[in-house]
Amino acid sequence: MLWYYLSLAGLFGGLVGGMGMGGGTLLIPILTMFLGVDQHLAQAINLLVFIPTGIIAVIIHAKNKLIDYKVFGIIIFPAMATAVGAALLVGKLESDLLKILFGVFLVLIGIFQLYQAIKASIDRKKKITRPVLKHNLYPPRNKDF
Amino acid sequence: MGAGIFIGIINGFFGGGGGMICVPALILLGLSNKQAQATAILIMLPISIASAIVYYSSGFVDWNSVLFVSIGSVIGGIVGAYLLKKLSNNVLQYVFALVVVAAGVRMLF
Repeated sequence: MLWYYLSLAGLFGGLVGGMGMGGGTLLIPILTMFLGVDQHLAQAINLLVFIPTGIIAVIIHAKNKLIDYKVFGIIIFPAMATAVGAALLVGKLESDLLKILFGVFLVLIGIFQLYQAIKASIDRKKKITRPVLKHNLYPPRNKDF
Repeated sequence: MGAGIFIGIINGFFGGGGGMICVPALILLGLSNKQAQATAILIMLPISIASAIVYYSSGFVDWNSVLFVSIGSVIGGIVGAYLLKKLSNNVLQYVFALVVVAAGVRMLF
């Protein structure tokens, strides 16, 4: 029956990821908390699951000319180096300690997301009210005036 | 470059979450929302492959689990992308943020 729950966890993570929110950030705690998967294994699952989806998404975005290759070129090399270093380090950590650190990371990232959601709400409100106010206070003038 | 260093550390160490830092960092660098999301995926891809190789060589990969989670994830990803077009407000963003905080607190105890 475990395959059923694993697919369900993937379905939920994919659903959240497809909506543009961190699918993996949620998939890892689902795997560890509800299915009892070891923290290291859950993190490896998340990394590998992202690869096929990521390849498809990159092909679509490249066709739509949405990728900035200059920025990619600047960021990718230091990111690769530190990612490999961090992955090597994590293998030496106890699973329980890693779980606690991941919990701290989740709390911080959640607070950051909350801040971004509030900011997006404020921006949305401004967009709705600004044109109405503009129209009432400053009626369109004649260009020759 | 600083952003790259930080993104790599987070994604390598926690096996995910790098994208959630990468997108706002790219927006700060002047990319549009859509460009930032697209470029972030291209950045996350080689990082994830490299990290996954290290995890694999350290013996942390269970291929059966990867297969079943992937099947669910692909279906969920398609449904999620479809639902995104229908959403008109950011209520889900609030729900997501609160669930992430709750999951984090739960993992601490």
